[in-house]
Amino acid sequence: MSTPFYVSPQQAMTDRAEFARKGIARGRSLVVLQYADGIVFIGENPSRALHKFSEIYDRIGFAAAGKYNEYENLRIGGVRYADLRGYTYDRDDVTARGLANVYAQTLGTIFSSAAEKPYEVELVVAEVGETPEGDQIYRLPHDGSIVDEHGSVAVGGNAEQISSYLDQRHQDGMSLAEALKLAVQALSREPNGGEREIPVERLEVAVLDRTRPQARKFKRITGRQLGRLLEDNGAETAAEAEEGEGEGEK
Amino acid sequence: MEANTRSTGRLPAAFLTPGSSSFMDFLSEHQPEMLPGKRQLPPVQGVIEAPHGTTIVAATFPGGVVLAGDRRATMGNVIAQRDIEKVFPADEYSAVGIAGTAGLAVEMVKLFQLELEHFEKVEGTQLSLEGKANRLSTMIRSNLGMAMQGLAVVPLFAGYDVDRDKGRIFSYDVTGGRSEEQGYAATGSGSIFARGAMKKLFRDDLSEEQATTLVVQALYDAADDDSATGGPDVARRIYPIVTVITDEGFRRLTDDETSEIARSVLERRLEQPDGPRAALL
Repeated sequence: MSTPFYVSPQQAMTDRAEFARKGIARGRSLVVLQYADGIVFIGENPSRALHKFSEIYDRIGFAAAGKYNEYENLRIGGVRYADLRGYTYDRDDVTARGLANVYAQTLGTIFSSAAEKPYEVELVVAEVGETPEGDQIYRLPHDGSIVDEHGSVAVGGNAEQISSYLDQRHQDGMSLAEALKLAVQALSREPNGGEREIPVERLEVAVLDRTRPQARKFKRITGRQLGRLLEDNGAETAAEAEEGEGEGEK
Repeated sequence: MEANTRSTGRLPAAFLTPGSSSFMDFLSEHQPEMLPGKRQLPPVQGVIEAPHGTTIVAATFPGGVVLAGDRRATMGNVIAQRDIEKVFPADEYSAVGIAGTAGLAVEMVKLFQLELEHFEKVEGTQLSLEGKANRLSTMIRSNLGMAMQGLAVVPLFAGYDVDRDKGRIFSYDVTGGRSEEQGYAATGSGSIFARGAMKKLFRDDLSEEQATTLVVQALYDAADDDSATGGPDVARRIYPIVTVITDEGFRRLTDDETSEIARSVLERRLEQPDGPRAALL
């Protein structure tokens, strides 16, 4: 039996943070932007079935970068939390702030517990309000901290570079098409300064649209509708013709 | 460990356990006391008095299905409520109408709606119409204890089957037994009369508009002969709730639309109190 090496608590935490950060950076980036009628989620996702964005509740959406099994677990936990809360009290009593708190506590406890591997995920919880001023976007890094974001946020991959690109260009009151184009431009930037093209069928897009008449504001934008919105982006239109199936998704 | 995880405000283990897409399964693991079927009832003598909802009718037409209900709730010989709502959307493509103990029925519908929504959110896809109908069956069955004490809930479930492109109706008994109905169906105290009316009026080539008139006629006949079913209340402007489900989803007719149908039915009944006559041969 060998004696374990002494590792200082600072060092242990730094190592764990480093481990989580690396895991998160390995995935593709995704961005969440406010636009005039709500909040839009855009990311690159080769899979059509394994979503990065999903509906948690009427006005609340969820986005995650990092390890699929870990954020999927958190997502389902969030849906259960929200549904239970709405069932116990009322649908209006489910808030993004409450959910973000629970996620922060969960991630924080896992991060600082030596018995568990830190989660390699970074989450975004967004709630669309009645007006743009009522919109809330929370970013939840791997360590259980919580950041209240405004306007735009990027997580995963080379998030830092994309965030600063978005910060400079994002404006309040952008239309959905403008926000989408800006997001695609931001996502196409390579860490080395170059640019690459993201085909439209590799984009996953969802919105929390405050103008939707239904109580549930979350909607995926796919196929033809997405193609139309990105239309003047030139090369992106080619793939739209055969799609449009998913447009009716509720 | 369990006590510890709770005190930190972290999501309890049950929330993060993968597996079930059912909200009811999750509840029975995490907070079983919140499930209607898990409650212990004290032994009671006789029947508990609680408001009862009455007649629900449904009819299919090419391209969809209509589901409608009257607005009366009774408690013994008293009218407990004149404007109760007993027909609810279950999700985008289905609706449920309830007869029986109103309080329990409303709770059952709330849980049923949540069950479907929860599945949809977790799985990213909707349950099949059969799947939804079976889920409702399970819920009625879990209420059997209450039913035996006189607090039964008997719903009628109608939906548009996206895979088969047609409207379908499922009826239930108190034990959760489920059967698919062809054409039309009714449940509740006035159902015998409503079914009789629809038997004579139903055709399988009705338009959506005709189908809505048919269910209002059937409810009128039920109210005519069953004291627990309410007819259209012109003075208070309370009309039956009529919902239509087609490939475009669930739609509840507005008060103006139902009042128009109810008024035209009423007008004809002033001349012919027993309603339209079917041919003898």
